[in-house]
Formats: sequence, structure tokens, C-alpha cells
Amino acid sequence: MVGILEDKDRIFTNLYGLHDWGLEGAKQRGAWNGTRLILEQSPEWVCDQIKTSGLRGRGGAGFSTGLKWTFMPKAESERPHYLVINADESEPGTCKDREILRNDPHLLIEGALIASYAIRAHTCYIYIRGEYVHERERLEAAIKQAYEARLIGKGNVHGWDFDLFVTHGGGAYICGDETALMESLEGKKGQPRLKPPFPAGAGIYGCPTTINNVESIAVVGTILRRGASWFAGFGRPNNTGTKLMAISGHVNRPCVVEETMSIPLRQLLEDHCGGVRGGWGNLKAVIPGGSSVRMIPAHEAETALMDFDSLSALKSGLGTAAVIVMDQSTDIVRAIARLSYFYKHESCGQCTPCREGTGWMWRVMERMATGEAEMKEIDMLLDVASQIEGHTICGLGDAAAWPIQGLFRHFRHEVEERITNYRAGKPHVQGASLQAAE
Amino acid sequence: MSVRRLAANQPDSFAFSAESLKQVKWWIAKFPEGRQQSAVIPLLWLVQKQQGWVSEPSIRVVAETLGMPVIRVYEVATFYTMFMLEPVGSHALVQVCGTTPCMLRGANDLKAVCQRRFGDRDHLSADGKVTWQEVECLGACSNAPMAAINDYYYEDLTPETFEQVLDAFIAGKPRAPGSVIGRQGSAPEGGPQVLSDLALYDGSAAKALKSIPNAEPKKPGKAKEAVQ
Repeated sequence: MVGILEDKDRIFTNLYGLHDWGLEGAKQRGAWNGTRLILEQSPEWVCDQIKTSGLRGRGGAGFSTGLKWTFMPKAESERPHYLVINADESEPGTCKDREILRNDPHLLIEGALIASYAIRAHTCYIYIRGEYVHERERLEAAIKQAYEARLIGKGNVHGWDFDLFVTHGGGAYICGDETALMESLEGKKGQPRLKPPFPAGAGIYGCPTTINNVESIAVVGTILRRGASWFAGFGRPNNTGTKLMAISGHVNRPCVVEETMSIPLRQLLEDHCGGVRGGWGNLKAVIPGGSSVRMIPAHEAETALMDFDSLSALKSGLGTAAVIVMDQSTDIVRAIARLSYFYKHESCGQCTPCREGTGWMWRVMERMATGEAEMKEIDMLLDVASQIEGHTICGLGDAAAWPIQGLFRHFRHEVEERITNYRAGKPHVQGASLQAAE
Repeated sequence: MSVRRLAANQPDSFAFSAESLKQVKWWIAKFPEGRQQSAVIPLLWLVQKQQGWVSEPSIRVVAETLGMPVIRVYEVATFYTMFMLEPVGSHALVQVCGTTPCMLRGANDLKAVCQRRFGDRDHLSADGKVTWQEVECLGACSNAPMAAINDYYYEDLTPETFEQVLDAFIAGKPRAPGSVIGRQGSAPEGGPQVLSDLALYDGSAAKALKSIPNAEPKKPGKAKEAVQ
């Protein structure tokens, strides 16, 4: 067998699009089975079951999904409740929600109905990133099928009036932040809002709103059908369930795969991806959770488990479980400099530390990559990084600082070597000849 | 952030086509009454689909359609990088993903191909057929390196196959999107190693459930329910 998870325990049974993505195919694979029984239970029961299952948000932050739902007001007032599904998947390395959107859309639609019932919402918006044009078309088609079969909509067979709409973004990474997403959904620039008020109090249109990642919602139906303890049986305590993991970079066969939480990183790479290019010994570093977490070097990757606790103990994080693998041939400084460019490009410009800092860090990183920088700039860069971290409205400032901190935590010697070597062939300090001539 | 400005040369006017108008209505109907501003991004996208790019007159039309101040639409059009503020190539808008996961697998070589064939990024090529850009992560990292050409993804590229894909676009006969090496979605090269259990697909999962685990005891007066 490959990996740990058995086929019979997989939630996303059409992950690769080998079977019919449509309603008939999805039903055949078990979607929409028993949904009515689930909606006969109370909303509190749904929240409790999801809490018991240990499901933690799959968008990166890892907050308990069931607990999040309980933050919504217990009764509807004149302000309607909304569920918003965050399908703005843009974290570098992450390409898992895409597979749900295009190949298993009915699991998402079913989950949206159940989650909306749990938070007493009658309307749900799915905010999908603008570049996913094919995925959006597929999702719209699946929703149309669900409406036609009266699985959702007003007066549907499940007895909970429910409207589901797809909307899309315009190519801004920042809209993956929940408050920026709400701004964007309201037709504004995607600049994050301050919290509080939290979305459960005042979200889109000032109404109580819950925002969840695509994967968090898409697993809900299967968890309730098979039981919270079934889901909680995978992985380690506090890190339970199955998870889509996306592997990219220097492995022999990159792929997206569903695995149990807490699978050893090495096993994940060797079983599913044919191992690191050139063998495990050729591994240099791994970014285990999407570009915004700190990298871990090869010797730590050896024993790391793919879960929240193991990776945060290594000063990294599970994030979206998007594993970016870098082998010995990688110019690791340039790889991180490219990420710095990404954050510079995607900063929304609202908070000064991020707007100015991401550009500054990128320029310094570029000089570090060539070796032109000065030794003392390393500490200056780390100082600036720590001043950006935690001083912005949303997490983009943190996310820009962490890859750099991770680089210097493990590969500072490489940067220093590069600076030294750059100078070695140049006996004169830049500008020295000019000074001498004066 | 990226600085984005409207093009120097602008057309005199813009009007939605009958086909686009239908879609405009459909989009506005998705949002609660009085919240039609929510449709601004989809409407600008419709403009771009119709006209190829977003012009100043079209921004005014969108503002009028949604009852928004023009400056608010202008803000949105310049904030979101998917909106092209200048005319683009008649045959292909090529967006090469250059972020680290693609870079690790050779995106820089793809960029070099574009540079050689079409000149500088973000400009029309000499023959007016192609505009190319480097964009940030497009979310297909397991199929890196990749490029989006006229909205759809071409994955698992090499400089050679990328040139073939580009040639097809320039000849006016685009290839079907997806992995150019025939991978099934994001399955590993050579075919999926998992999801081979036939019991998943034989319909046994569709057999209607009688009960669900841990269900609440039914209220008195209703039929008893099995609790697993």
C-alpha cells in the first residue's frame, strides 16, 4: 500500500477527475447520501459533531471549525446570516482546493448546505479566485445541477431554504484574508479590516458571517455520515483527520494527495512523489505549509510529521499542507528572494510597515542573492523583518517576514559565504577608485 | 503593491453587448437588493472578455450600471491585477507563473522563451498578436511550471512544449488546456497510485443511509431511531 490512508477512508474519491464530477457521479460515490437525516438534527448537534471530530480549519490558520460556527448568533435577527466559502486559493505551493472545485464540487455544495444550517444562514457565497476560470465554470454547472434536482434553493427537499452563489476575485492574493475577502465581496479594494468586530458579529454587509476554507466545508458531509470518531481516528490528538496535501518542487512526481494528518513528511514524499529528486540525501530544505511558513532543513524534515504541532515545534507550520521541496541544486537565497518579491507585489498598501517593508526586504534579499549586500545588513534585515511581523492589520506582514527568518535561521552561513565570496575577487571597495582620484 | 495606471490612448466610448448585458443582470441578481456594488469585479471581467481590456469609458459604464461613483470602480480596476489596463495581443495573453514553486521547476526558462519571441513583458509583441506577463502563483503548483493563456492553464511545460503551445495560439488553433504531458489532473506522472479500490465506485456508497452515527434521540412521539 502507498502511504497510510486506505482508499476506503478517502473523502475526495474523485480527486484526479477520473470519474464523473456531476451530480449522478457524485451521488454514486456517496455525496448527498443521508443529508436529510443530518438536517433533521439540531444546528447545535452539527457544531458539536464537527467539534468532536477535531476538524481544524484547512485554510492555514487551523482554528477549530465547529467552534467557529458556535460564535454565530443563536437566533436570526433582522440581519440575515451568511456563510462565505474562501476559494481564493493563492498561497504559493497550494493547489488543493482547485481539485475539489473542479472534480468533487458536489461535496462542497453539500457541505455548504450543512454548514449554513449549522450557523442558521440561508445564503452562501463562494468566493473563487479570478484565475480559476475553468474551476468556476465547473462549479457553476454543479450548482445548477443541485438547483435543478431541488437539493438546494428555496423549498428544497432538505427543508432548509438555501441559496448558493459563486462570485470571483480579480487576482489579488490579499483577498485570501477573510476580512479582505469580505471587502472584495462587497465590491471594494481588497484591504483587510480591523478585528474586532469579528465576522461572526459584523461580516459582509454588516451581517453575521462565517468564513471557511473550501476543504473545511467539503469534508463536513462525509464526517457526519461516517461519524466524528471515524474522522478523529486519523492522525494524532489535536491534529486529527485526513488532509489534502499538495507537493511541488524538486520531487520526482509532484502531486496532490489525500493523506492522514501526522503522516511523516519523509513517507509522504517517498510514497506518493517518488522521493526527492536525486534521493533523500539530495534534499536541502522543505517549506512544509505554503510559502508563508518558515522552511525546515533536511535533517529536521527527516523526522517531521505533517501536522500542526510537530511543525510548529520546528518553528514552522502546517499552513495549507503545501509542501515545497528544494534539493541541493537550489539557490535557496534566490528562492526566498522570489517569495519576497511575491509579498512585495501582493501587499495591499494599507499598513505602512508592510507596504514599505516588503519592498525594502525584497531589494535587500536581491542583493543578498548576488552577494553584493554587506554583512551587517543581515542583522538589519532580520531587525526590519521582526518590526514588520505583528505590526500590520492582517497576516501578510507576518507571512512576508517568516520565509526570510526561516532562511537565516538555517542557512545564514550560506548568505555570509556568498557575501564574502563576492568581495573576494574584488580587492577594491565600490567607489574607492573615485575617492582616490579626488 | 504594483503601480497600475490607465492607458494613455483611450477609445471614445464603451457599451455592453446584448450578450454581456444578460450576464450583467445575472450577476447583479446574485446579491441582495441595494448591494449591487458587489458585482463590480465580475462586471469589469465581462468588460475585459468583451473588449479584451478595461478602458476608461468602460469604467464609467460599469459605475453607471451599478450606481457607484466612478472613482470607486477606478480603484477596483487598478487594484486587481487581472484587469488589463492596456490593449492586449489579438491571439494570446500569456501569463507565466514565476513564483517559487514554478521557478524551482524551470519557470525562468519559460520567461526567457517569451522574452526572446515577444520582447519585453507587459507590452504588445511587434506583430500585435501576443502580450506576455509574469504573474504570481496561479495555484497549480503540483503541475509546475505552468502558464495561463487566454484564461486556461497549460501545465507541466518545458521550453520546447511551451513553444509548441504558443505556436498553436499564434496560428489561431489553440491546443486543449491542461497538462501537456498528459497527466490526469494533479495525479503523479505515470498515473494515480491511490483511489484504485473499485468498491468506491460500484454504487455501494449510494445505498441510502437509514441512520447517521451519534444521532440525537428523537423527540417523544416520533419513531425510534437506531443509534450506532
